[in-house]
Amino acid sequence: MSTAVRARDLGKRFGRRWALSDCNLEVPAGRVVGLVGPNGAGKSTLLNLAVGVLTPTTGSVEVLGSRPGAGPEQLARVGFVAQDSPTYGALSVEDHLRLGARLNPGWDESLAQARIARIGLDLHQRAGRLSGGQRAQLALTLAVAKRPELLLLDEPVASLDPLARREFMQELMEAVAEHELSVVLSSHLVSDLERACDHLIVLGESRVQVAGDIDDLLATHHRLTGPRRDPADLPAGQQVISASHTDRQTTLLVRTESPVHDPSWTVSSLDLEDLVLTYLRNASKQASAPTLEVLR
Amino acid sequence: MVIEFHLDGQSGISPYQQIVTQVRHALRLGLLREGDQLPTVKDVVSRLAINPNTVSKAYRELEHAGLVTARAGVGTFVTATMSDDTLAAQRSLRAGLERWLAKARRSGLDEETIEALFQSTVRSSAVQDIA
Repeated sequence: MSTAVRARDLGKRFGRRWALSDCNLEVPAGRVVGLVGPNGAGKSTLLNLAVGVLTPTTGSVEVLGSRPGAGPEQLARVGFVAQDSPTYGALSVEDHLRLGARLNPGWDESLAQARIARIGLDLHQRAGRLSGGQRAQLALTLAVAKRPELLLLDEPVASLDPLARREFMQELMEAVAEHELSVVLSSHLVSDLERACDHLIVLGESRVQVAGDIDDLLATHHRLTGPRRDPADLPAGQQVISASHTDRQTTLLVRTESPVHDPSWTVSSLDLEDLVLTYLRNASKQASAPTLEVLR
Repeated sequence: MVIEFHLDGQSGISPYQQIVTQVRHALRLGLLREGDQLPTVKDVVSRLAINPNTVSKAYRELEHAGLVTARAGVGTFVTATMSDDTLAAQRSLRAGLERWLAKARRSGLDEETIEALFQSTVRSSAVQDIA
């Protein structure tokens, strides 16, 4: 299967601060990828590197097999909606469509018209007077009607109310079903991504904490609770992600490819949010650890 | 449309597994019968705002299990039933379970303890079967 995004030791520094470092990724084509992490974790930096708006400080990134923004052909294959769904406030919906048609060689006018009609936008309305949800739908329409192979969306639903969120995601998923798009969308909320995505990248403290197909991640992570014991005596192949103990009880979050048979454990599955939060907590612990050592 | 799918975001069960379970459940209860058409991938996607791959994956798994067949360009159809043959056995097993439950309550166990006991017994006997 071909690769939508491949990053090798990718890093980006702004002044003295690394916004992204040691990023190694291999995202298969045909997936809807959720890029999740707290604000400032490097999500926008990674997306901007993938579009070619930013250039890497270290390493490299390939999108659909080529360097981002390498030429007109490459630009036509990738659709991008930046944070807050930017549109031109003084231009009408119709102007936006005309602009899209002029700027994109593969523009699909009938698709654009059909989507605008379905969403119920007035062609003569200025974009500045649209609601947040309508503006997001307009930006999505422009990005989808250029018929890209890969669509990158930076926090597309962050500023939308729950109804507009759901409507946006419905439109996006329909586009995926119809046109076999690969999508990468970022959010700081797992709940926005849970239903829509089949692949997840968790960014924390400027690094990839965990990445993979969501079904695999859920199938290989378990919560074990049982009488207190030392996590060090677990069978090989069970990687402890987090451990907490009371006087009598031990709770572990482990990653393992094989089923857990030890009857002294009560094994339960994790939801995606628990999984993501555990990795993010580890990330922030590791990031603050060196400072603590200095203090000691 | 014969059935509609629902997703429980709190269940900790993956969406694709939930769709598989809902189809199997509907088959067991006789809600879905041979020849019925499952909702199309696009229908499910636009109703639930979920990933199309999730629906396809669920349908593929049901196809592997021999319960449905995909006809290219038409849709996915039920080809087997899951009820009937165990129904009679279920009835007498249920009666046995009810007697056991009555005994447990008489012994002073509350609902939570009964559930915990039941679940841990199911689990440990499953482990014994594997070992």
